[in-house]
Amino acid sequence: MNQLPVLIPVSLLLFSFIVFLAGLLRKNLTFPLTVLGVLASFVFSILGLVQVLRYGTQHYYIGGWVPPIGIEYVLDHLSAFMAVIVTFIGLISVVYSRRSFLQEVPERIVPLYALVLLLLAGLTGIIVSGDLFNLFVFLEIASLTAYALIAVGGKKAPIAAFRYAILGTLGACFYLLGVGFIYFATGSLNMADVAHILPEVSDANTIIAAVALIVIGIGLKMALFPLHVWLPDAYTYAPSAVTALIAPIMTKVGAYVLIRMLLSVFSPDYLTDALPVTVIIGWLGAIGVMVASVMAIAQRDFRRMLAYSSVAQIGYIALGIGMANPLGLIGALLHILNHAFMKGCLFQVAGGIRYRTGLWEISRFAGLGRRMPWTMGAFTVAALSMIGIPPTCGFFSKWYLVLGGVDAGNWVFVAVIVFSSLLNAVYFFRVLERVYLSPPSGDASVEQAKEPPKLMLSPTLILGAGIMILGLASIVIVNNVLEPAVSWAF
Amino acid sequence: MIQTIIDYYPYYLSTLLMAIGIWGMVGKHNLMKKLIGMNIFQTAIILFFISTSVKFGATVPTYDPELGVTNPALYVNPLPHVLMLTAIVVMVATNGVALALLLLIYRRYHSIDEREISRMMKEDS
Repeated sequence: MNQLPVLIPVSLLLFSFIVFLAGLLRKNLTFPLTVLGVLASFVFSILGLVQVLRYGTQHYYIGGWVPPIGIEYVLDHLSAFMAVIVTFIGLISVVYSRRSFLQEVPERIVPLYALVLLLLAGLTGIIVSGDLFNLFVFLEIASLTAYALIAVGGKKAPIAAFRYAILGTLGACFYLLGVGFIYFATGSLNMADVAHILPEVSDANTIIAAVALIVIGIGLKMALFPLHVWLPDAYTYAPSAVTALIAPIMTKVGAYVLIRMLLSVFSPDYLTDALPVTVIIGWLGAIGVMVASVMAIAQRDFRRMLAYSSVAQIGYIALGIGMANPLGLIGALLHILNHAFMKGCLFQVAGGIRYRTGLWEISRFAGLGRRMPWTMGAFTVAALSMIGIPPTCGFFSKWYLVLGGVDAGNWVFVAVIVFSSLLNAVYFFRVLERVYLSPPSGDASVEQAKEPPKLMLSPTLILGAGIMILGLASIVIVNNVLEPAVSWAF
Repeated sequence: MIQTIIDYYPYYLSTLLMAIGIWGMVGKHNLMKKLIGMNIFQTAIILFFISTSVKFGATVPTYDPELGVTNPALYVNPLPHVLMLTAIVVMVATNGVALALLLLIYRRYHSIDEREISRMMKEDS
């Protein structure tokens, strides 16, 4: 039996505890121990991915109890892929967060890092868990730590966190209720076992209700339009480094749960006959992309603009799920990876600007391109990728989404993807124009600005370089990881 | 009709409680009442899970041949109870975090009315 699936979340859980205790004794130990914990989990994820690619799906049975009685942790192509993304972005964001936390919330470093590790443990737990109820527990671990981390921010942060807490708990409760329906219909909580039993269940209405409840619940967690209302405030008022950690991975893990549910637990054929849930998700995604992109154009606050852009990007992922064909799903999964890099880079740029100047209104960014050339270079790469210009990675996920739309014969989706890229261009070129072309306003904070410290700048540059590398390597990722991940579902 | 109600009344009750809870979370402006609505909703789910495993005349699921452990009709399914114990722990933690947030909000705004806080948030920016 392979230990890797369980080591990924457990190393994070363990270090969360160690960091808190060590931090009480020596505050200086917090940061290196946190990096060590996330690094360990990242190494385990990479090893897990290698093993999955070489030997196929890896299982771990907690306490040696074989499913369906025991709880199972599974590492297959899909979950190994997600685990690598989450732990890598986690590692980059933790390195980035040190200087930012020291400036914004210096007195709370120790509990903050313990919470960051707990958040990552929750997210990786969701990914590796093969048990429906276990997933709920990890979902709540991740969400509760996210509420606390967001609330540490500025004056308005607790209200944003409270609204998120109410809606997030509603989402988790809906999910739990859906799991209850599945359990009473099938008598099992193991995902593979449930998928096996479901086609024989005679009472289709219970299952339809379960699907509806789970989709609404996870939709709230992943901020699927129109359930995204908590997101802009939460991302805007949280500490910069927390947003740089949460924005790239948290909603993506929600999208992963949705994909896992719709593909592994409820088979696609079974669903389309009874309830066209993928069609509904696809159309909500399409509307969400357009509405959130227009909202992003209307924002004056840089972070809020990026937050609305996040809602739009979740819409792309939902579009890919809604196409319900292999190409669309590959596009959605590739977009999860690419958007994690892009949004991580963008929010780190926002944090870097705030670190040196304290600004977040786009109108006051004039002249920053000269003062912070490297930061703004990374921003330019990420912005071009968000618009979808080759050879950045954003182009390739949109390419697969367009192919999926053509394959599904849904020309509206294709038009939405192309037209929304223009909207993306509008709101990113507005910032680029302000940063590079506008005459300096003589603003004192801009005139004195310089590049953020190396510990903050290098993660941003790594992500910026990663955007280019992922673009060039996307065909390798698709062929080796994503095609096996979606192939068995169709 | 009456027989259906008698057979399924726990489900109707928990559905009613869920509706009350959602109404509290969405319709009320007082943040504390939203939190209470959340509590009611969570409790309704617990009741729903527990009520499904009720069996009259059944016994505890311990291994005892005399009780007929091989016959599932004679013992109560323990899994929903165990799941709900875990869910209760999760919900306690959620309530703790939400109450702490509420305390922070009250210290900063001296109000827990959402409309009033929204007005103050607009004035700040």
